Amino acid sequence: MNKTQWIPIVCLRVIAMVSTFVATLLMVTSHDSAKVLGMTFQAKYNNSPTLKYFVVVSIITTVYSLGALFVPPRKLGRHVLVIDLIIMSFLISSFSAAVGIGQLGKEGNSHAGWIPICGQVPKFCHHVTASLIAGFVAVIIYFLLVLYSLNNVLNLVAFKA
Amino acid sequence: MVGEKVVDSITRWRVTMVVILLRVLALFATTAATVVMALNKEKHIFAVATIGNAPVKIEITAKFQHIPANVMFVIANGVATLHSLFMLSMLCFVRDKYDFKGLRFLTVAALDMVTIAVVSGAATAVAFMGEVARNGNSHARWNKVCDNFERYCDQGSGAMLASYIGIFFLMLVNMLNIFEHGRLINLSKNPLAA
Repeated sequence: MNKTQWIPIVCLRVIAMVSTFVATLLMVTSHDSAKVLGMTFQAKYNNSPTLKYFVVVSIITTVYSLGALFVPPRKLGRHVLVIDLIIMSFLISSFSAAVGIGQLGKEGNSHAGWIPICGQVPKFCHHVTASLIAGFVAVIIYFLLVLYSLNNVLNLVAFKA
Repeated sequence: MVGEKVVDSITRWRVTMVVILLRVLALFATTAATVVMALNKEKHIFAVATIGNAPVKIEITAKFQHIPANVMFVIANGVATLHSLFMLSMLCFVRDKYDFKGLRFLTVAALDMVTIAVVSGAATAVAFMGEVARNGNSHARWNKVCDNFERYCDQGSGAMLASYIGIFFLMLVNMLNIFEHGRLINLSKNPLAA
């Protein structure tokens, strides 16, 4: 695999790694508390399993991206592509679920009687929004990375014969 | 030379048959998920207050549209069904033109990846919305819903399970395409290297 094929993949992977790292950091440091009717109402990412899943998947993606930078592309290119596909599926699913819960927190659900919480804890909401924006960048970059890897792997295999 | 050509076509036939079988299974799974979630509806009668001797009853209907994640789920699985149908028709009816070279194959593999991404996003969103509905969230003061709407929640869970099975089969198809493409390209270019 010559340099023109290999350098964009490395760049995309580094950007994806940095975005998922930033998303993890922003989500983990998000917390806010509010006093409503005498009770203290504390919002942390721990309180929601969806946001915990988002943090876990982001950490896994960061570590995997770091590891995949050091894999020899000619021998294990296709295996890296398949694991990339699985990790991309996890990343997209965690992002989608976190956005769903975020929309629930921002606008509530009148049919189920769930009131929105963003009015009481705006700092938490803004932090989570910023983290989800970083996650969205990571999703787009990772998707482009997988498509580009697919293109490279097929060319690689075709030229081997 | 004839022997190698026969091996080549038998291998291609086997791979194509396995891919067709997996795509049919994925089609069934995503269709089931779409239909089961779209028909998700339950009524429940709550006794809210008592005026004198007569209780005041309210009937509340839970439809699938009330939760936006369910709407995305129905749309995403519908798209996956259409995608599987389209790929199956391409495999079955234009098999001579479905060779493994160039842009045609790349388009099929990329479209498969897009479908997997979209459907997995929708299925996990429904999973976590269902978790909030089943367990509530005491920190956000969101009550659980599933103790009154058992059938609604169970039907949603079933649809989500069918969708995950569909994702699994679609991933198998994609991996098969990626791994077998190398072998078959090598076979068709150099029949001696089996």
